[in-house]
Amino acid sequence: MKRRNMVLAVFAMVSLLALFGTQSVFAAPIKIGVAGSHTGDLASYGLPTVNAAKLVVKDINDKGGINGQKIELVIEDDQCKPELATNAAAKLVSAKVVAVIGHICSGATKAALGIYKDSKIVTISPSATNPPLTQSGEYPNFFRTIAPDDAQAKLAANFLTKTLKLKKIAVLHDKGDYGKGFAELVKQYAEENGIQVALFEGINPGAPDYSAVINKISNAKVDGVVWGGYHPEASKLVQQMKDKGMNIPFISDDGVKDNTFIEVAGKYSEGVYATGPTDTSTNPLAIKAIADHKKEFGAEPGAFFLNAYAATQALLNAIAKAGSTDYNKIVAALQSEYVDTPLGHISFDKRGDIIGFGFSVFQVQNGKYVELK
Amino acid sequence: MEYFLKLFLSGTAKGSIYALIALGYTMVYGIIQLINFAHGEIYMIGGFTALIFGGFFFSKGMPVGFVLLFSVLLSIIYAAAFGYTIEKIAYRPLRGKPRLSALISAIGVSMVLQNFVLLAQTEKFLSFPSYLPEFKWLQPYKEYINSTQLIILGVTAVIMVLLTFLIKFTRMGKAMRATAQDMHMAQLVGVDINQVISVTFILGSALAAIGGVLICSYMGQINYYIGFIAGIKAFVAAVLGGIGSIPGAVLGSFVLGWTESLGTGYISSDYEDAFAFIILIVILLIKPEGILGRTQRQKV
Repeated sequence: MKRRNMVLAVFAMVSLLALFGTQSVFAAPIKIGVAGSHTGDLASYGLPTVNAAKLVVKDINDKGGINGQKIELVIEDDQCKPELATNAAAKLVSAKVVAVIGHICSGATKAALGIYKDSKIVTISPSATNPPLTQSGEYPNFFRTIAPDDAQAKLAANFLTKTLKLKKIAVLHDKGDYGKGFAELVKQYAEENGIQVALFEGINPGAPDYSAVINKISNAKVDGVVWGGYHPEASKLVQQMKDKGMNIPFISDDGVKDNTFIEVAGKYSEGVYATGPTDTSTNPLAIKAIADHKKEFGAEPGAFFLNAYAATQALLNAIAKAGSTDYNKIVAALQSEYVDTPLGHISFDKRGDIIGFGFSVFQVQNGKYVELK
Repeated sequence: MEYFLKLFLSGTAKGSIYALIALGYTMVYGIIQLINFAHGEIYMIGGFTALIFGGFFFSKGMPVGFVLLFSVLLSIIYAAAFGYTIEKIAYRPLRGKPRLSALISAIGVSMVLQNFVLLAQTEKFLSFPSYLPEFKWLQPYKEYINSTQLIILGVTAVIMVLLTFLIKFTRMGKAMRATAQDMHMAQLVGVDINQVISVTFILGSALAAIGGVLICSYMGQINYYIGFIAGIKAFVAAVLGGIGSIPGAVLGSFVLGWTESLGTGYISSDYEDAFAFIILIVILLIKPEGILGRTQRQKV
């Protein structure tokens, strides 16, 4: 009897120990994957994201982690190559990561996303801008802290319709991938908004004179001109338009939202509109993130650093708010919770695109680009 | 009709831009049968020189008329020195060698000069201030033509007349024509062909410099690469009009300008270059020597 009691007591202690054991499994770190191009030609696009994730995680861990758990990063390289991205994704899945910051390039991201989707892993990219990644609805686990490629054109088209209230426009482009891509999307969205696109033409970049096409625009009696392309042609166009006495709005893209445009076009640049990424240079969190980077790594941060910083913050915030590492709860928290990041006060929409950061419309006023609110 | 007139005038303005560069091309070709691919680069250097000196004079607070005159003069001298030197080091040693050698040398010079300006100045686009006066009386017609376009048109006409006069009626012109006809024979009768060819290059480069200042003033910007694009179009214009012929270069440039302008106006600017080259092919098929070119019989 006594002996039996002893056995029971030992059993109870062992099970108690076991309980402690499970408790310590609970306190194991939360693993977050960071995937992107860390070697090869495009390493400069991927490495700043690793640095950003490290900085944010260090901050959180110094404060005691999330819900008592520390964060641990698992870093995988994909060189921006889809075939390596699937390898990286498989490795991260077997390392049992809760979520992934990455990937960097749209193609690699797309290749890896299917694997994460099947394993229910939340993925936040700081840089993949390909529109279908969110818009196709195929990847409910995907989020991004950068505006998709078509956001700029959509913004420009809405600006034409709602702010400038134009009825009939001319759309010109430089026949290049970037300029023509922007022009085609603006045309599409403008027509959806009920604006008539009277003229859609490509012009030769570098030509000295555009007066013929300007005559054509003036003959078409449009009330606005959209330019898809870069600033050298934009400044010739605005100059030659104004010389002919045409004072209709001129709207362009972030290829023109460059101070060189104002330097070259001089007084002719006054009043020109251009869309471009929202200015974050005055955001105190952005200033702090950049200063931290300089302190920790001794250099200026690289491409997509702030986007990655915001992505990591948003993810960790969502895990904290969800109170668990459950996939559905993290997704719900990402879509409902707002968080203050270097990019601003952000959240995500149902498709996974960022809310609160993206493109803004700027106008040249007194020789400077001013963000229009 | 009004629309046609606008397009026609913008084609004329465009044509006179091409003509300013084409004149130098055609003159050099007319005398030594060399397509001087570096001509576009001389035009670009002319523009840059005027920009640099103009900026310097402006900063000293000199009046606009003075700045215009002296920066143009200095850019002419500078460009002429370039033309003279290029001929001496890159073309003269190849004289009498197969014509292809000089042509390749010309392409090489063009690349060297482009990269020289890229490294010595900047890869960026720079603003080019307008040194040219604006005519108040032209204001009501600004939809048709502006002051700079009118000045370019006028300068082109004056240069064409002066060049024709020089070649037809002066001693140097006579020597030039003799050199063009037969270099060896000209040498035998006492023409200093080295001097004649140097003068040709100096003149051609001076014209390019004038073109550089005027066209950059019109565009309002300058970059190391502008000479290449302008040079190609001017070359097409010169061939179209009959390369080697002075009035031909001007006519060819206008034909090119009108084709591009009307093609843009009535069809689409997407095909601007296509129109330019279609008209070139058509004219070369009908008249292989160009509109005003003279047939050169091969001597046996």
